[in-house]
Amino acid sequence: MITVEQKKIEEINTMTKDYSCLLVLGCEMCAAISFAGGKRQVAELAAAIRLSRKGSGEEGEVFEESVARQCEPEFIDLVKDKVADCDAVLSLACGAGVQLMAERFSDKVLLPGCNTTFLGVTEELGVWSERCVGCGSCVLDKTAGLCPIARCSKQLLNGPCGGSMKGKCEISKDVDCVWQLIIDRLSRVNQLDKLEEIFPVKDWTPAGHGGPRKLVREDLKS
Amino acid sequence: MKSGSNLERILESGQFAVTAEAGPPKGTSSKVVQRKGELLKFCCDALNVTDNQTAIVRMSSLSGCVLLKELGVEPILQMVVRDRNRLALQSDILGAAALGIGNMLCLSGDHQKFGNHPTAKGVYDIDSIQFIRMVKEMRDEHKFLNGEEISGDVPLFIGAAANPFADPFEFRVTRLAKKIRAGADFIQTQGIFDMSKFAEWMKGVRDRGLHKKTYILAGLIPIKSVGMARYMRNNVSGLDVPQDVVDRMANSKDPKAEGVKICLETIEQLKEIEGIQGIHIMAVAWEDIVPRLVAQAGLMPRPIV
Repeated sequence: MITVEQKKIEEINTMTKDYSCLLVLGCEMCAAISFAGGKRQVAELAAAIRLSRKGSGEEGEVFEESVARQCEPEFIDLVKDKVADCDAVLSLACGAGVQLMAERFSDKVLLPGCNTTFLGVTEELGVWSERCVGCGSCVLDKTAGLCPIARCSKQLLNGPCGGSMKGKCEISKDVDCVWQLIIDRLSRVNQLDKLEEIFPVKDWTPAGHGGPRKLVREDLKS
Repeated sequence: MKSGSNLERILESGQFAVTAEAGPPKGTSSKVVQRKGELLKFCCDALNVTDNQTAIVRMSSLSGCVLLKELGVEPILQMVVRDRNRLALQSDILGAAALGIGNMLCLSGDHQKFGNHPTAKGVYDIDSIQFIRMVKEMRDEHKFLNGEEISGDVPLFIGAAANPFADPFEFRVTRLAKKIRAGADFIQTQGIFDMSKFAEWMKGVRDRGLHKKTYILAGLIPIKSVGMARYMRNNVSGLDVPQDVVDRMANSKDPKAEGVKICLETIEQLKEIEGIQGIHIMAVAWEDIVPRLVAQAGLMPRPIV
């Protein structure tokens, strides 16, 4: 999933204060699973904005709406009338959702209500952590299913570095050294010999360093 | 000969080498580097010039190397992959060769989070092992990383770091083997305080015959005070300072003398370990002690080869 985190109410108030009629738009996929942009968070945030506006004597209305996925045109088209009626949309989707909204509704002010954090997993309720950076060329077969690009602070392909201590990364005792985890796992599956290989330099083109990325599947295009 | 540097010639001749660190200043004063160069030139075979050490911005390593070279002191150019991508690394290597720098040390570098620009974007385009291999191919094949031909020679004696005290311990010999296979001609280790652990690592190194494939210089960090010992134990990434070292410093009436004593004892033990070809002294903010240490360790005068 793409994890998102709602921005602080102060930042949201500053961003939205000039737009008297505001639509708070949720996204029922990743943002909802992140407990940041689902229906419930839309209602809570809309209430908080109303309260702030009341407190500062500002006028205007705050509407609430939600779509299944803001990253797909067919879903966002369902709310086009509501979008048309407001001065600005505060999207609680990830950055992709906010941008598709902005492209689709080119004359409307689009504001991000969330920060897009990472591609990750739910560790437990309320705890998410990063697993993937979308580098476009997966190496998990060589690293025991654990990604050094996403999870090593130095993105080392021939790790661990000299800062790995007691299973933790040198940057923080709260961060696992992924290379320690890789070695532990390689040991369990009897593949420690993989560590002897020198991983060649990475081609960062598919990771986004070759410019913005696009995926085209001719077989699916109509 | 790989580069024909003084360091390489001394190691090649089988003599015990001495290197030390000369960190450049957080400013523009060439005198800081020159003073360290003058202080250390007669007691060391080459001096490492650090590259934004601990991710704190300082005068560039390459400029520090040039300043030392002008004094007739042989530099070791340290380079980290934290701050430069493959283009910048290779271009600086060409420049280093053009300026007559004969030694370099290829490092990952401390994470930018530790330094004085913790919000910086780290580069990490390639890692230290890939870096070593890249320099070796530049030197031996006259090839850039992309396979294109380099005009001119790149005579560099290639160094790498090893930290026997980091985890997982069992992997540390494997990592050294990888660095050697990538092209490391010499190794400078992390500062040694836990001799039994170091000896165990060296046994693993010898068991794989690695000490015959590279020159290993054992790292030393002279401790000035108990505060420094504690600080290093608690805050410096990759360092292992055992409690008995801290206790010795805490119980001493003359901590500086005790620090020197610990260092000299370590050097004596290191001389007895098969496969150690020299020492590398990292006397951060205590460079003045280095000439005395080298002299008292019986390593003066330095050989001329």
